Amino acid sequence: MARSRLGDRTFRGVSALAAVGLLGLLGLMLWVLASGGSRAFAKFGFGFLTGRNWNPVFGREQFGALPFIFGTLVTSAVALALAVPVAVGLAILLNEVHSGWLRDPLAVFVDLLAAIPSVVYGLWGLYVMKPLFDHRVEPFLTKTVGKVPVIGALFRGNPNGGDLFTAGVILAIMILPIITAVTREVVAVVPRDLREAAKALGATRYETVRYAVLPYARSGIVGASILGLGRALGETIAVSLVVGNGLGIGASLFRPGFTIPAVIASEFREATNIGVHRSALLALAVVLVAIALVMAALSRLFIRRSAKLISGGPPAGERERPAIQVAR
Amino acid sequence: MSASAAGLRRTAASVHLSTRRKAKDRAFTIFLWACGVLAMLPLLFITGYVMAKGLSALNIDFFTKEPAAPGQSGGGIVQSFIGTGLIVGMAVLFSVPLGLLAGVYLSEYGNGKLASVVRFVAEILLSTPSIVAGAFIWAVVVVALGSFSAFAGAIALTVIMWPIIARATEEILRLVSEDLREGALALGLPRWKVILRVVIPTAGAGVFTAIMLAVARGLGETAPILLTALGNDFINVHPSQPTDALPLRIYEYARTPVASQHAIGWGGALMLLLGVLLLSITARVLSNRQQRRTR
Repeated sequence: MARSRLGDRTFRGVSALAAVGLLGLLGLMLWVLASGGSRAFAKFGFGFLTGRNWNPVFGREQFGALPFIFGTLVTSAVALALAVPVAVGLAILLNEVHSGWLRDPLAVFVDLLAAIPSVVYGLWGLYVMKPLFDHRVEPFLTKTVGKVPVIGALFRGNPNGGDLFTAGVILAIMILPIITAVTREVVAVVPRDLREAAKALGATRYETVRYAVLPYARSGIVGASILGLGRALGETIAVSLVVGNGLGIGASLFRPGFTIPAVIASEFREATNIGVHRSALLALAVVLVAIALVMAALSRLFIRRSAKLISGGPPAGERERPAIQVAR
Repeated sequence: MSASAAGLRRTAASVHLSTRRKAKDRAFTIFLWACGVLAMLPLLFITGYVMAKGLSALNIDFFTKEPAAPGQSGGGIVQSFIGTGLIVGMAVLFSVPLGLLAGVYLSEYGNGKLASVVRFVAEILLSTPSIVAGAFIWAVVVVALGSFSAFAGAIALTVIMWPIIARATEEILRLVSEDLREGALALGLPRWKVILRVVIPTAGAGVFTAIMLAVARGLGETAPILLTALGNDFINVHPSQPTDALPLRIYEYARTPVASQHAIGWGGALMLLLGVLLLSITARVLSNRQQRRTR
């Protein structure tokens, strides 16, 4: 008896250690990045976030991260604008349209899309997508949407070479699976009764989705989108191959840009501790973590709200395990 | 809510389908299927193109030789395969026990406050960009040891794989029926033996699946390895030296102007894609089978 209690205590202790280790890992990571980046923050202060010059040459060092923050946000925004409608449509197709031989393979396809390594996306983007966008897609957009007032400004400019738009499109493909998967989970837990009530009233499929399903799923879809946004913000390799590595800031999407992950990946080799270059790169990582953390917290909040809205709907026996895991 | 109620009332009021409603519904259905088609295209295009380009690069040299000098034909990327095996192998060695144990804790002992904090932290780690894990290990391990190394690469991958395995293991162990645990405990088995002999074996295939998915993820990660293992043109099996990896080699060859290296890059991409897809598909098949058995 005493032996097994000792065994119990040891096993519990060891497994608790592995769990608490995750806490330590996050703490260590935040501390290392923050203390590493502190020299750059101390030297440039708030100007680190708003400065537009980035010059790592020792003696003339100047580190302003605005072009990278701008590029990161713009490419992610493009990705989100393109991916969310398709992901929501896809999730509704997979959950609400119950017939058809295409449904199962489609679900598998979308899942496998998530498995493709980022460097393969990058290689494909650089040698297949980029030329296509340079010669066909972007000139076409300039000629058509470019003439529309206000939003047209986004689509004017030199279409040659890597640019923010191409990077945004490849990001859209990369975040499509995660947004689809989470949206599907949210849509799946909308109570059946609601759909059937709508159908009993004579609603068409569109009306059922629009008035019975989407109101319940809305905040979950927002959460899913923010989750996708978090992925897009941190994506490194694929973006760095097609984004064009330019420091400009402006309205056009057809200009070379740079993102926070891309600049870290391309400059860490030369970064030494003599000046503040290394510290500046770590400070960039801090900015990225900060944005990603805010996004993760927001997305949890929205998905949880959606789950709360729904819970209390179906009879308890039907959902022993909630489809959306919410840690309390 | 009232808006949707009003919408339904409006719908109910016009019981016979007006042509406008019918058209709207038709357009919606077309939109849905368009999304389906649109989502299928990238996977087909990417795998198709990588196959077409990559197959021609594969030959004996590709798997057995180190890179040829730039501009010269021939040569291979054997050092990348060995390096990837070394880095990912070490990462599995570190992250599987840690992740499994953490998952066991969350599922079997995880009702307290500590467990919910750990769960939250694991989720944060999961949503941390992988380059941040790379920068973190670069600042700690690489700078401290004074050299890029396979070891640092494995640690960076561990940072990514540990929380993945922990959360996945927890979810799978929770699927094991409570009756089984109680039955075993009633027979007088101590809790740790119940977990090791009953709970984990019951969830066996599922746990294995979780590990496979984590390995697939680690195999394809580029950014964290780039910052920690750096890459190497020669075979290296020493954990403390800079080491090549398949994704790093593809990244490097994508950026050179040398055409003969592009071909090898496509070959590398094909091998990487095959490895990752094979792991993902096998994991999927296994978990489907497991689900059917537990039902």
